[in-house]
Amino acid sequence: MKAFTYERARTPAEAAAAVARTPGAKFIAGGTNLLDLMKLQIETPRHLIDVNGLKLDEIEKTPDGGLRIGALVRNTDLAADARVRNDYAVLSRALLAGASGQLRNKATTAGNLLQRTRCPYFYDTAQPCNKRQPGSGCSAIGGVSRQLAVIGSSDACIATHPSDMAVAMRVLDAKVETVRADGQARRIPIADFHRLPGTTPHIETALMPGELITAVTLPKPVGGFHTYRKVRDRASYAFALVSVAAIVQRDGRGRAAFGGVAHRPWRVEAAEAAMPGGAKALADQVFAGAKPTHENAFKLTLAERTLAGALAEARA
Amino acid sequence: MTARVSFEVNGQRRDLELDTRTSLLDALREHLKLTGTKKGCDHGQCGACTVIVDGRRINSCLTLAVMHEGAKVTTIEGLGTPEAMHPMQAAFVKHDGYQCGYCTPGQVCSAVAVLEEIRAGVPSHVTPDLGDRPKVTAEELRERMSGNICRCGAYSNIVDAMTEVAGSRA
Repeated sequence: MKAFTYERARTPAEAAAAVARTPGAKFIAGGTNLLDLMKLQIETPRHLIDVNGLKLDEIEKTPDGGLRIGALVRNTDLAADARVRNDYAVLSRALLAGASGQLRNKATTAGNLLQRTRCPYFYDTAQPCNKRQPGSGCSAIGGVSRQLAVIGSSDACIATHPSDMAVAMRVLDAKVETVRADGQARRIPIADFHRLPGTTPHIETALMPGELITAVTLPKPVGGFHTYRKVRDRASYAFALVSVAAIVQRDGRGRAAFGGVAHRPWRVEAAEAAMPGGAKALADQVFAGAKPTHENAFKLTLAERTLAGALAEARA
Repeated sequence: MTARVSFEVNGQRRDLELDTRTSLLDALREHLKLTGTKKGCDHGQCGACTVIVDGRRINSCLTLAVMHEGAKVTTIEGLGTPEAMHPMQAAFVKHDGYQCGYCTPGQVCSAVAVLEEIRAGVPSHVTPDLGDRPKVTAEELRERMSGNICRCGAYSNIVDAMTEVAGSRA
């Protein structure tokens, strides 16, 4: 690990300003992804600003009947919160499908959104990777790509976003609240938060340099049947090959977002009118224009079947 | 580059000046000479480094020591001793919950915390109904212990040990 200086931030605005003015500075919260990457020298911050003392660890009701989840709420606490379990079960289920108990105890809501990909070529510093080293090329294209993206990818990158939580946040229409280095606060709809790779796969979110996530808000509950189905190579503690976050109403209408298939949680709202017509009708539209590799074309069938499983569960 | 940090380990206050890069795991093992906590993968994948911080199990390899100002850390040395074993340690011995023993301190710390999590009503991936309190079942224990790898394959005996401890306390 490269050497770095360390400070503990006192307020969100101060933390944002400090990162913006310090070259090579980063925030650290749970640290479970950042420190892993620092050990491999994929991340090499020269200064760390510890935001754990910022008291952003409350879950509170919003005036419009939704929930405001502090950026530092740990994954375990968010999944176990009674309001989340009752009204946003898809979020509890997604969180519980991810990582291990030890990691969920440390990992934060904001940090989970900011996870880096687990593409094996991003992790292998001996290989070219446009995300790790812009302009160096993509080793995954033509390489081992079974786990990687089938849609929304580019000639520069076929990595996937690894988060389960973010897929549920996407289906729930969450908003990401931030504070910028100049002290300005803003709310970013989750649909606009994660970027597609395009020609700049190293830029993964809409955040500006130094911008700090302070909370994630959920709109008022939409009811319906909530489920998160995750298909992976082992039954626990593995990243998704494909996952589906679905909310299905009694009349068969609903919403669905997919994980493990793209550089961001994948949801096509315009396709959701097809949900009462069944999984194939919806999946055909959601994955129109997909560009799988020869190793991961199975994900398209798997995604449709996983959705079919979710819809059957909702009807049962 | 160094920073100062003070925390409590197994009930004893410790003041350290450390290279900022020092993981909590390395602080425990290399600086405090508490070598019960093991380094396996050093990347949060194996669970050998599991300790209990402020009542919660974490991977001590994936956190910096300097991030734990004022924390209360419990390691395997703080759970029990050869003369006075923790009930979970005794149950591991009774049920053969290990072979080589390398993962065992992490398994025991994790197992103790898992029973607390179930008691506190924290759900898991296999909890059938999010509205119900989770129960101590083999399925729940296996899911909750998935962050602790045992290459000797003592898993079923670990589940037996945990089940016995959970039952004796109920």
